[in-house]
Amino acid sequence: MAGQVDALYFYLVGITLFFTVLIVSGIIFFAVKYRRRSPYEIPRPIAGSMKLETIWTLIPFLIAMSIFVWGAKVYFAQYRIPKDALDIYVVGKQWMWKMQHPTGQREINELHIPMGRKVRLTMTTEDVIHSFYIPDFRVKMDVVPGRYTQMWFEATKPGRYHLFCAEYCGMDHSKMRGTIVVMRPDEYQAWVSGNASQMSPVQLGEQHFQNLGCATCHLNGGRDAGGRGPQLAGIFGKPVQLETGQTVVADENYLRESILNPGAKIVAGYSAIMPTYQGQVSEEQLLQLIAYIKSLTPQGGSGTASPTPASSTSANMNVGAQASGSPSGQRR
Amino acid sequence: MSTAVIHTPAEGAAEPRTTYLNAGHTLKSWLLTLDHKRIGILYLLGVSFFFLIGGIYATLIRLELLTPQGDLVTAQTYNKLFTQHGIMMTFFFLIPSIPAVFGNFLLPIMIGAKDVAFPRLNLLSWYIYMTGALFASYAMFAGGVDTGWTFYPPYSTNYANTYVIATGLGIFIVGFSSILTGLNFIVTIHTMRAPGMTWYRLPLFVWAQYATSLIQVLGTPVLAITLLLVALERTVGVGIFDPRLGGDPVLFQHLFWFYSHPAVYIMVLPAMGVVSEIIATFSRKPIFGYKFVAFSSLAIAVFGFLVWGHHMFTSSQSVYAGMIFSLISYAVAIPSAIKVFNWTATMYRGSISYDSPMLYAMGFIGLFLIGGLTGLFLAALGLDVHVHDTYFVVAHFHYVMVGGSLLAYLGAMHYWWPKMTGRLYPEGWARFAALVVFVGFNLTFFPQFILGYLGMPRRYYTYVPEFQLLHVLSSVGASILAVGLILPAIYLLWSLKRGPIAPADPWMATGLEWRTSSPPPPENFERTPVVTWNAYEFRSKEETEVIGPMGKPDVSERK
Repeated sequence: MAGQVDALYFYLVGITLFFTVLIVSGIIFFAVKYRRRSPYEIPRPIAGSMKLETIWTLIPFLIAMSIFVWGAKVYFAQYRIPKDALDIYVVGKQWMWKMQHPTGQREINELHIPMGRKVRLTMTTEDVIHSFYIPDFRVKMDVVPGRYTQMWFEATKPGRYHLFCAEYCGMDHSKMRGTIVVMRPDEYQAWVSGNASQMSPVQLGEQHFQNLGCATCHLNGGRDAGGRGPQLAGIFGKPVQLETGQTVVADENYLRESILNPGAKIVAGYSAIMPTYQGQVSEEQLLQLIAYIKSLTPQGGSGTASPTPASSTSANMNVGAQASGSPSGQRR
Repeated sequence: MSTAVIHTPAEGAAEPRTTYLNAGHTLKSWLLTLDHKRIGILYLLGVSFFFLIGGIYATLIRLELLTPQGDLVTAQTYNKLFTQHGIMMTFFFLIPSIPAVFGNFLLPIMIGAKDVAFPRLNLLSWYIYMTGALFASYAMFAGGVDTGWTFYPPYSTNYANTYVIATGLGIFIVGFSSILTGLNFIVTIHTMRAPGMTWYRLPLFVWAQYATSLIQVLGTPVLAITLLLVALERTVGVGIFDPRLGGDPVLFQHLFWFYSHPAVYIMVLPAMGVVSEIIATFSRKPIFGYKFVAFSSLAIAVFGFLVWGHHMFTSSQSVYAGMIFSLISYAVAIPSAIKVFNWTATMYRGSISYDSPMLYAMGFIGLFLIGGLTGLFLAALGLDVHVHDTYFVVAHFHYVMVGGSLLAYLGAMHYWWPKMTGRLYPEGWARFAALVVFVGFNLTFFPQFILGYLGMPRRYYTYVPEFQLLHVLSSVGASILAVGLILPAIYLLWSLKRGPIAPADPWMATGLEWRTSSPPPPENFERTPVVTWNAYEFRSKEETEVIGPMGKPDVSERK
């Protein structure tokens, strides 16, 4: 990705050099060649030339369009978030970055990632807008309160890279920086298992799901199973029919809204009885709840939703669940 | 341009001519004047003062950035410095600079009118400007503001503990002065043109002012509403921008840039108008492709309203919206390119002098070219993701705003100074200062392009040590630039008392402003001029009727 951005950059540097040299040398040449030789001379007027106007409208237009198309292509690649990626959850706050790995490890202002593997960040903030910027990877994405934004990258060389907050966020904005540590896959495995005592986001999410009483209404099977709320297993990424007749896709932002502001989008066939969880769950807990909901698969019969990781979620989820042992043994 | 029949009053006579300057000497005659020329001078005093304040902030910023760690000021103070630098320079210097000073002074004269359409409104606009600017200054000195000039919520609405509302109110107030000036100019251009002054005989400065005024009238109310919403959000928490109340912080960015991107054109279009005048006069040739240059100003004003989203490519705005904004941003680049090509072509087979206004105009073309071309980098979606919110952006808009607008402002100052004051400044010093400004400017801002591509984020109080060398270069450049800006202040003030008396037309130029005496009489012309010539129709010395000798007194001895 960085290579593509740099190629576009050098294309533009080339265009800039060409036109700067063209115009500046033109100005200098004319200024010298046609310098005033007597104080009262009046040169012959030239009104203009339709031919020239057409040329210097069309050629810059074509060049501009070529830049546009190239820029849009790179942009689409940057924002087409891959499915098979290592999921990292990021919460920004004044003035630090909090990161959690799928296996449960938490880091502040430092992020260890494996080389040669796509990494997907799902990000939000506890306070103001921040922006997650890794100059060496040529990636940046604003982190906006009240919603999730995503970005992805794939590191190709081990090393330590700067992480900057690029959106002004108050007094210590310039201290909101950190390091991305890119490790060889085996080193990363060792690093991950060396810190394996923590619970994974999915397991933590399940805990919150029980503690907050979500399981009382959101039964597996939904209405048919006697649940007062819609079934959550298998809902992620699927279209949901609303009371209003609209259809929305149940993505991270939809799930977030349904937890914090349940009345906003009522699923068809259900009534607005769910209370808001605004103020009761932190940003990190929300991300864990969503990670848990994403991991659910529909299962026939049983009452409460089961924490079986879905086959559609990334492989690292399974790795995480294995690495930190049985989830049921760690309930509070 | 005109066959204005102006009899020559009091040439060599004992009784001194009445000019707008000596028509009244009391303070009241200035503070209650309805003369557009005096109001222009009042604005000149105002914007110069606030430019000085903004410049002091810039100096402190560059001093702090000499070292990677914070040492000169605290983090909080630094954040206030860059915020207040941005606010002062944008709202209280750049936006009013050329329109309110030179537009006010020259626009009525250029179209052969006695004054603007609404002289009282014109005076009111200056008072509104001063009220807003002093209000914002009070807020800055009483406590300061640290939100960045962009006021992004939720930082500005729920987190900043500084004088956000007071400063915002200052900007809110000053907006009305901008609206009134724009309105006044539009009506003036439509209704007050002298007989024979058709639209296609208007100087290109007037076309540029017209396009600028359209943006001022249509865009400024949106900024006013946006700032009002920030104030409401801060005081009573209406929840327009706060996600906890169902609001959307990104909505603010849409509203803010809906004004603030067109505002860039409020700052640069008049500068382009100035450059058209100067290039024509000092090449003694009509502007190549007059209509293309005229209509490109209008095209920029119209397209400028449709590109705001290119400030938001990483904001979580939809990818498809990003594409549309990128596409239209490239469309707005074309009229700017047309202007640059036409200015260059105007010099072809001209009679080019190296007087200081021309040096500024040539400097403008070069620097605006780099500023404009680096805009192409930022409009390229995939590349902007990397350079957005870095020093690359800082360098880009300083090339447009300082390399472009400020150089044109200085060019205008030197070009029309003899007309406005009736005095000539020392040309040697003026050329030297132009050179110092050019060198200092490039040394200040070129390293910032490199800094930005290397990943230095903007608005950073401390930075990683590998960026220090480029920051030091930039700060050295800034000190050279400061010298280049102090020099004109000295010799221009000196010329007020000691400068040689200026003739009516020191440059052998064509505009109607040169067909009246320097400084002009209170009513601009002894008799309403009748225009029979096109703009930039240069005529030999014998064919042109002027008051007093044409050309500078020493023009023939110099070569």
